[in-house]
Amino acid sequence: MKGYDLLDLAVRNLRQSKLRNGLTTIGISVGVASLVAMLSLGVGLQQLATRRLAGSGMFDTVFVTSKQDFRGFDREEDQKDQHPENAPVLDEPARDKMAHLQYVTEVEPEVRVMGEIVYNGQTHFGFVTGLPMSARENEAFDNLQGKFFSRSDAGEVILLNDFAKELDPKNPKALIGQQVTLRYGERQPLATDSDNVGRPTLSDGQNAGNSNPASDTYGFSVVRKTQPLKVVGIIEEEPYGGMRTVSRGRIFLPVDLTETLNMAQFTDMRSSLRGGGKNYMTLTVRVKNPAKVAQVQDAIKQMGFRTFSVLDATKSLRRFFTVLDLFLGIFGSLALAVATLAIINTLVMAVLERRREIGVMKAIGASDGDVKRLFFAEAGAMGFFGGVLGIALGFAIGKAINIGTGIYLRNHQLPAEPVWILPPWLIGAAIAFSIVVSLLAGLYPASRAARLDPVQTLKYE
Amino acid sequence: MGGSIIRAVDGITLTIERGEFVALLGQSGSGKSTLLNLLAGLDRPTSGSVLVDGRDLAKMSSEDLARYRRNDVGMVFQAFHLIPAMTITENVELPMRFAEVERSERAQRVRESLERVGLGHRLEHRPSELSGGEQQRVSLARALANRPSMLLADEPTGNLDSRTGEDILNLIRDVSLSLGMTVVMVTHERALAERFAQRLVFLGDGKLISSSDPGPPAGPGFGLPGAQEALA
Repeated sequence: MKGYDLLDLAVRNLRQSKLRNGLTTIGISVGVASLVAMLSLGVGLQQLATRRLAGSGMFDTVFVTSKQDFRGFDREEDQKDQHPENAPVLDEPARDKMAHLQYVTEVEPEVRVMGEIVYNGQTHFGFVTGLPMSARENEAFDNLQGKFFSRSDAGEVILLNDFAKELDPKNPKALIGQQVTLRYGERQPLATDSDNVGRPTLSDGQNAGNSNPASDTYGFSVVRKTQPLKVVGIIEEEPYGGMRTVSRGRIFLPVDLTETLNMAQFTDMRSSLRGGGKNYMTLTVRVKNPAKVAQVQDAIKQMGFRTFSVLDATKSLRRFFTVLDLFLGIFGSLALAVATLAIINTLVMAVLERRREIGVMKAIGASDGDVKRLFFAEAGAMGFFGGVLGIALGFAIGKAINIGTGIYLRNHQLPAEPVWILPPWLIGAAIAFSIVVSLLAGLYPASRAARLDPVQTLKYE
Repeated sequence: MGGSIIRAVDGITLTIERGEFVALLGQSGSGKSTLLNLLAGLDRPTSGSVLVDGRDLAKMSSEDLARYRRNDVGMVFQAFHLIPAMTITENVELPMRFAEVERSERAQRVRESLERVGLGHRLEHRPSELSGGEQQRVSLARALANRPSMLLADEPTGNLDSRTGEDILNLIRDVSLSLGMTVVMVTHERALAERFAQRLVFLGDGKLISSSDPGPPAGPGFGLPGAQEALA
């Protein structure tokens, strides 16, 4: 029997018992809908998380730390390395070398120091963070009030909204354009031993430390300084927040300014213990193209540093979503499994009801294969219609979820975001899956129909 | 094997010539329907052979048997066995679907078959809207659709009044004469069989009782060695 005849007869047979086949098809569609709704939720959540990461502006960024410092995320990798003390430090030459790596556009130190803002005679404590000019692209500045820094060494400051409220609880916005005073600790060479402020090599330092205690005078003074700053902007969230250090930055200065001010940092303490000169706690390496992040990351690892990028974060994120999708898929499949039983039931009923008809068809020339294929076609057609209907139903459920979460988020003063996304591949996959499942369900009824003995079925009147 | 084996057809040797009109007669349970089903390739003998044009149906695969039923045999039943959900046209078209006849050709052949049985109207009606005689005509048209060489009729008049039954048998005889078709008809109405068949075959308890030759040869193909059946 030719394909179109098969389909024609199948659809014709399905229309014979509209109610029963309709109900079965709706059963399939409920199964498909629950599967689609669940998987789309997984896809939507994953995209939401990815979007968050992308918005953080970190897809093109590699954070570099020295292995002398904190332990990294990857314990195993750390353990197989040499003793941390021998690891290279993040100093000026290393920074220079990184800046000249291929695809690297910018290497900025992370400056994070304690400071105080004096405003209206009141003193307010906060962490001061240096920001490169490229931070303008970060989504934290999407709803910046006021302006971004005019230059990378301008005497300007951007405040976190919370901090601005501390300064002026009634009208924090009025701060924009105001002068404030930053009080900070400046790192100064020791007055008695100004020659040593330079950067002796590490071996020099070690020699000095071990063999000549008299010259072990490395160190620096921290001297209180003030710097007048103009408030240019206020932001809601910390740029690159969360992924980095423990304390929350609330006062933002152009990074070059922080370097000129020579602010004393935590790491200075550590490097002075080792007799080293000035070095960095964290360097932020920006890559021209997110696709090259892995390559740059490898090059920096080769230099003996510890790196961290969003790639590392997304790796575990992806693993999480694979598991989530699996669970959502299993949950969504339950309804489809029930629908499968409904298909088997419906088709077995149809075989019983149409015994005579099957016998007649065989008597006038239908082969066992024809009969089998006819029932397969009926199962497949139910699967197809159920799949299409299920997509529509799942789409409606998803829309409802989106509207619901949208209302919830808005009630909590958060921007509404779609948590449920139906990608085109899922539409195709769901319909194909529905057809395949239906065909599997048709296996038993179809072979049962094919095995019917025409003589028996035609005998009784 | 147990002791309750029923031999529906037992030790029958019968040869039917091409173009012959044979009536199989006997009481119910005499094995005449089983013999017909064997000829139709719907059933297989446990032993022995059924030779049609030299091919042994007993040894064919089920796929080949289906092809044989589709192309070489047309069947008419006592209960008509039309598909109730299909129109007259669609019922006649059905065997051509299995035979994979091109769609363009089907309409022509449906019309041809229906004209042959004298049905030119109510073609889009369902079988239930037709009288018994009309339904049997449709059934006959369906049997002719694939232009078989053999027509097998199982009590074709059993559900019809005597007048209509005669009409149908007249029709079958005319068709078989004009197409040179072999007809094997199962019936228990001896009078009708004597009027229409060239040969009467009597069966009892699965055995051949007698084979008579009641009338003059009527078909153009009569006497030619063609379809033969032998059961041992």
